[in-house]
Amino acid sequence: MNALVSMSGIEKSFAGVPALSQASLEIAPGEVHALIGQNGAGKSTMIKVLTGVYRRDSGSVVIGRGESEISSPREAQEAGIATIYQELNLVPLRSVTENIIMGYEPKRLGLFVDWREGNKRAREVLARFGIDIDVTEPLGNFSTAIQQLVAIARAVSLEAKLVIMDEPTSSLDASEVEVLFGVVRELKNQGVSVLYVSHFLDELFQICDRVTTMRDGRTVSTRIVSETKKLEMIADMLGRNTDEIAAEGMTDFAGAKAKRGSILLRSENVCSGPRLTHFDLTLHRGEIVGLGGLLGSGRTEAARALFGVDALEDGVIELDGHTGQPSGPDEAISKRIGFLTEDRKAEGIIPDMSVRENMTLALLPKLAKRGQIDFERERAIVDGFISDLGIKAAHMDQPIRELSGGNQQKVLLARWLATEPDILILDEPTRGVDVGAKREIQSFIRSYVDKGFGVVLISSEFEELVEGADRIVVMHEGRSVTELANPGITGNILVGALAHHDAGADTWNAQ
Amino acid sequence: MERTMKLPKRVASMPLRFHGGIVALAALLVFNSLFTPNFLQLQTLFVNISQVATIAIVAMGMTLVIATGGIDLSVGAVMALAGALAPLIFLSDLGAANPALGVALAIMLPLLVAGLCGVFNGVMVAVLNVQPIIATLILFISGRGIAQVLTNGNLQTFSNPSFSYLGTGKILGLPFQGWLALVIACVLFWVITRATWGRYLLAIGGNERAAFLSGGPVRRVKIGAYVICAVLSGFAGLIVVAINSASDAARNGNLMELDAIAAAVVGGALLQGGRAPIFGAILGAVIIQLVKYTLLANGVEDEVALIAKAAIIILAVWMQQFRRT
Repeated sequence: MNALVSMSGIEKSFAGVPALSQASLEIAPGEVHALIGQNGAGKSTMIKVLTGVYRRDSGSVVIGRGESEISSPREAQEAGIATIYQELNLVPLRSVTENIIMGYEPKRLGLFVDWREGNKRAREVLARFGIDIDVTEPLGNFSTAIQQLVAIARAVSLEAKLVIMDEPTSSLDASEVEVLFGVVRELKNQGVSVLYVSHFLDELFQICDRVTTMRDGRTVSTRIVSETKKLEMIADMLGRNTDEIAAEGMTDFAGAKAKRGSILLRSENVCSGPRLTHFDLTLHRGEIVGLGGLLGSGRTEAARALFGVDALEDGVIELDGHTGQPSGPDEAISKRIGFLTEDRKAEGIIPDMSVRENMTLALLPKLAKRGQIDFERERAIVDGFISDLGIKAAHMDQPIRELSGGNQQKVLLARWLATEPDILILDEPTRGVDVGAKREIQSFIRSYVDKGFGVVLISSEFEELVEGADRIVVMHEGRSVTELANPGITGNILVGALAHHDAGADTWNAQ
Repeated sequence: MERTMKLPKRVASMPLRFHGGIVALAALLVFNSLFTPNFLQLQTLFVNISQVATIAIVAMGMTLVIATGGIDLSVGAVMALAGALAPLIFLSDLGAANPALGVALAIMLPLLVAGLCGVFNGVMVAVLNVQPIIATLILFISGRGIAQVLTNGNLQTFSNPSFSYLGTGKILGLPFQGWLALVIACVLFWVITRATWGRYLLAIGGNERAAFLSGGPVRRVKIGAYVICAVLSGFAGLIVVAINSASDAARNGNLMELDAIAAAVVGGALLQGGRAPIFGAILGAVIIQLVKYTLLANGVEDEVALIAKAAIIILAVWMQQFRRT
């Protein structure tokens, strides 16, 4: 087989931390090739190396016949590679035609844009995908799906040989997804290859020919989709043995119940939008309940709903026996809930503020007397947490941005511990922190729970859930689907629970 | 080396550009004492203080708004509106009959109206999520228009010594408005460094999402910043009217938004928010005033002074960028 794109032995590090090591990818002409992997597996780095956004440290990229030295997105485009990003790089206020022909306008007298010809071309390109819209209307008047299709149409009109789609369906509804799939199939018929990156494995079975799985910066497998079970893909993504998963997944999940106190929090049939459609959870005093699931399964959305960030469309949240969702983070905090967010940089730290100011941010209302901050108490509290959690900072007035990731995370954990919440929701509390800090953070969480508080733990790391949680609520596509109880949960049981819920996909595949 | 080690931590960690501002101020003072005739006289000091006070007062409000990551273009228009209202009140029949009440109302009501302008700006920005530059453009355009409609576009002259005290009064030999600016600065400095409101203000400017998710009252604090800015602008508008014993809605506060933004930026405010150097704003206002005065006193035309002001802003912004990289 003559590959269209062949990447092999790719190495790429950022500041000495390897993001890709010996990664490879091969795409055949006219094939729809899926690229999957957990967060941080190296998918986007791989794409950026291919499209010239990043320069590889070593390895080779062959496009068509020759070794390629693509070093900029422009060169990638000229080599026939078009990327459709989640954030579309189109101009919403200009017409569909303009967006399609931009930079390659047909000219009259070598000077004036020939709009008649331009519109005709735009219509033709779109017609190839069965789309019939008024091409003179501003692009922004159309739905996201149509805009995405216009981006694809532009790529095709530039005679792309490979179209890269990064999570193309993440903002589409079901019928729009069907239209997109139609376009992908049409591209394939026309001999254009598609590299399809998605977290939604079910989609792969509908349109993809082969699937390459990445884990920890390496390529672990390339399989033919029609001969692969979803379970195998999950096993590849997580680095586990399918037999183990299958065997343990079959066992009865009824484990021994952990010792626990009264009910702190109950959510029933909670729905906050398309990404969280049905969420049930009961949290008792003295227990850690984990939320397990793949990316996009609705774990973070569940946390946001409990904390009052996203309003409920349906369902009931009961806190300490009282019904009602908190109206916002401030009310949630006063109802003794804490929420350590997943994205430390965007939603956690205030980079220019000091360790002290960051740590007491959520506690501020309780630290104040008639609107004035009690500095003496603030310093005492901060001092206490710095020594309890072993935070390494020059002094408490050091800007938090100067601390390492692990120490920043400890400061943020302290921000919530300081409010003495009954319920602490932790979204990926140990992501991006070094091993030492990780162990420490995990032990603080455990000792906090032992004092009779409750923790909801979200983690993509299955070991963390399996070892840390007393029970695990398994989530899938916005719904809580199963509940597992410790002792007795193993990583494979958890993966099995995730996979077994998708039995439907396997039957579909078998047809 | 040894000397800097002994500096208190706070002073040592003060931003470089603040020192830069002090250097610029020193340079201006040296230049003027050498080349500007009659610079080292008490009269010059009075003139400069009475003129810088309005810029400083508005610049402090602007600093709070900029600290949230916003901007307020309506300060000049709010000055005109407050300034136009005051004479209307104490020259009215009620004001004439009760002079004391008239002056009191002539100060309170315009400030109240200014505050309402701030509520409008704040709600547009914090609740309706309109871009600050657009939200405040509304009053920038309409505020001065309203002021001119109120006064039929006429210059209102008056003679009211008690009201004029705002702009011409002296305490310990120094202009009243200078003291007022100083008091406002001290209060705001206290609020920024000691009060929860100030802490939230800086947190919101530093990372609004993080502040919100930590329970910060984002809307209230943002609206508050616009209200304080507008009330301070109202104050400045009253002072200008008091200095002139006349209210000219067309000129009162004209281009003040630019002076105030420039002073705030020169004083060390970051346009992306998260920092509120109150005394920096005063320093910035003094520098801008001194540049104006230097050029004026040395016979340089007004138009050229505008270019000089632009140069200062460019320099200050450039220093900010330089520090960031």
